[in-house]
Amino acid sequence: MSLEVAVAAAMFAGVIAYAVLGGADFGSGFFDLTAGSSRRGAELRTLVDHSIGPVWEANHVWLIYVLVIWWTGFPESFAATMSTLVVPLLLALLGIVLRGASFAFRKYSATLRQARLFGVIFAVSSVITPFFLGTVAGAIASGRVPMEEDGDRWSSWLNPTSLFGGAIAVGTCAFLAGVFLAADAHRSRRSRLAEDLRARSLGVGLVTGALVFAALVPISMDAPVLADGLAGRAAPLVVMAGLAGVATLVLVWRRRYSMARWPAVVAVASVVSGWGVAQYPWLLVDHVTIRAAAGASATLQGLLVAVGFAVVLVLPPLIYLLRLTQTEEWTRH
Amino acid sequence: MQLAGTAEPAGLLPARQQMALSLGWHIVLACFGVAFPAMIFVMHLRGIRREDPVALGLARRWAKVSAVLFAIGAVSGTVLSFEMGLLWPGLMGTYGDVLGLPFAFEGLAFFLEAIFLGIYLYGWGRMPAKRHVLMVLPMAITGIVGAYCVVAVNAWMNVPTGFRLVGGEVTDVQPWAVLFNQHAFLQFAHMWVGAYMVAGFSVAGVYAAGMLRGRRDAHHRLGFMVPFVFASIAAVTQPFVGHVLGFGLDERQPAKLAAFELAETTESPSPLRLGGVVVDGEVVGAIDIPVLGSLIAMNSLDDPVPGLDTIPEEDRPPVNITHLAFQTMVGVGTLLAAGVTWFWVQRWRGRDLLTKRWFLRAAAAAGPLAVIALEAGWVATEVGRQPWVVYGVMRTPDAVGDYTSALWWLLGISALIYAGMTAAAVIVLRSMARRWRSGETDLPSPYAPETVDSSS
Repeated sequence: MSLEVAVAAAMFAGVIAYAVLGGADFGSGFFDLTAGSSRRGAELRTLVDHSIGPVWEANHVWLIYVLVIWWTGFPESFAATMSTLVVPLLLALLGIVLRGASFAFRKYSATLRQARLFGVIFAVSSVITPFFLGTVAGAIASGRVPMEEDGDRWSSWLNPTSLFGGAIAVGTCAFLAGVFLAADAHRSRRSRLAEDLRARSLGVGLVTGALVFAALVPISMDAPVLADGLAGRAAPLVVMAGLAGVATLVLVWRRRYSMARWPAVVAVASVVSGWGVAQYPWLLVDHVTIRAAAGASATLQGLLVAVGFAVVLVLPPLIYLLRLTQTEEWTRH
Repeated sequence: MQLAGTAEPAGLLPARQQMALSLGWHIVLACFGVAFPAMIFVMHLRGIRREDPVALGLARRWAKVSAVLFAIGAVSGTVLSFEMGLLWPGLMGTYGDVLGLPFAFEGLAFFLEAIFLGIYLYGWGRMPAKRHVLMVLPMAITGIVGAYCVVAVNAWMNVPTGFRLVGGEVTDVQPWAVLFNQHAFLQFAHMWVGAYMVAGFSVAGVYAAGMLRGRRDAHHRLGFMVPFVFASIAAVTQPFVGHVLGFGLDERQPAKLAAFELAETTESPSPLRLGGVVVDGEVVGAIDIPVLGSLIAMNSLDDPVPGLDTIPEEDRPPVNITHLAFQTMVGVGTLLAAGVTWFWVQRWRGRDLLTKRWFLRAAAAAGPLAVIALEAGWVATEVGRQPWVVYGVMRTPDAVGDYTSALWWLLGISALIYAGMTAAAVIVLRSMARRWRSGETDLPSPYAPETVDSSS
């Protein structure tokens, strides 16, 4: 593996981690939004609070990790993407800011009215953020981000591949969140809540699965490079996504929530890595390859050192935190 | 405030203001991220070691406060990551692989900070006490690493190094030379100490305000004293750090020094020019103290501060903003250093100024004052580097993205959002304090099933 590809792989590992871990946090907003009135939704909203409270900031840092590796390792492609996709990126950023801030504000609100206001902002921004990030992925994958001059600031992300990308992102986030929340509810012995989440996760899972495979049709017309990759090199991942998705639904159906978390993660990671593998060796499809986009080699080496530090220093405490949150003691409210 | 207004991109000024707003807002919270964990650690440790319920209670409350502050700090920091590329693609596209490595290490520090924040905040009552208190410590250390890395990039913008320009192309990139650039350490020290001043004075000020309202219990005294000790050490250290940081500025960035000192012309020896502005090339309204300018800026009795007249007109920064901001920082910093010195001298002589209302008022004002000094310092160094984004190498107009004046709309919307977040944070933090005073400890959310059912 060349130096450039190693750095790109490390960056894409961050994309997958963000899609899975950060995605599950964003997806909680979908269930929060659809939890119903204050009284009916109280139990679920408290569960959401408790599930993502300890982890959302750590999971959010994956995004920073990706951005930093991108601008350091592949600076010109970063600048080009930021310039062309300024609109969806600003909207995603707005969502990120409002999501994080209103989540913290809601938790310590003094009155129900305040909590409702912050809650609505939290939930809505949790849903829109993955959508806009998904459109960005679609824009890159369908070859709409040129290097030399700015691409069209609207049609670059308002097109079939981007819109499906956005919808899939929202769907996969909600799917992950549903399974994780159901497992949390089950572990804290809130069986009515777990039942409710079970039904909704099944619904979300079916819709998202249908969306992922339906998207292959518009992609084949709109994004030929991506379509070729999905049918070729990335085909095993597409199959894997389908199998893991079905396995998740079966396990949720049989109320094996804790075990269902694993295939759910595999399914979403497969969808995301399917995109990455399919568009390899392009960084910005049709415009620049990973190798051509790379910055100075000394910097790429430095980045790999930083990634090495991350593996040694960050992963152990991260796993410790994630394990803590899944223990009986931490599930207690 | 722009000197050369002719060939300037329409998006430049709104982009600069956008960056100023988002950086200026984030930096206050970043100070808490850097300095608050150490204060919480000391308080929490005291609580455990001396089995002191007052200290434990304070640590627990501060942890909850930090949950709110760190959340908005994290998201406002993300804004900056995006804006680096959205507003300054010229800088990031050309120099991303030169300046990027420190950000990668800053990212690691932020990662660890977020992880241990989660463990610490939710670890109350769920972990052995001795292990739990240690979970704050990594945050205090990552605060140092993170601050160093970010400031290293800024120091590089002031004193670029670690690359060569050959025919306009960036070559021979040495990212480690950027991470460990000569100027980074002092600039970091200045910011790090400043962070302890902002967080220390702000937290102490909250309890000073409480004492002014007659709440003079052990809780308020301890809540004041711990952050005030941190702030005091920082405040008396800062003038020295700042002064040393200024050594050699006449060679590194002569235009910035000339603007700091309002040296329109080169005078030997140079006076210290208090206040004043330049209007049509003439200094107006300044109080000149002879020789002191040479002494402070050049460490000499007669070496002159090189004047703006030695700088080509197109390379001069907006001089008035830079000068006034610089002197605001120095003035407020000196005032705070003198204030804490007075407090500790009086205490050593057996007099407790905490019984004096005038002192408590001053202590309550010290937090906002430290914030003003912080903001003024950043304005001075950033505006003073103009028209360069990377000093002597890339001009700010060449860094900015291809935007029309429509970018002002973004600034307007951002200002509204930041105002909203500020208001929300103040409302929420005040409501937390109110509930704590009324005897609540856990602060359950008002939409929890139990709360909703009992209130309806």
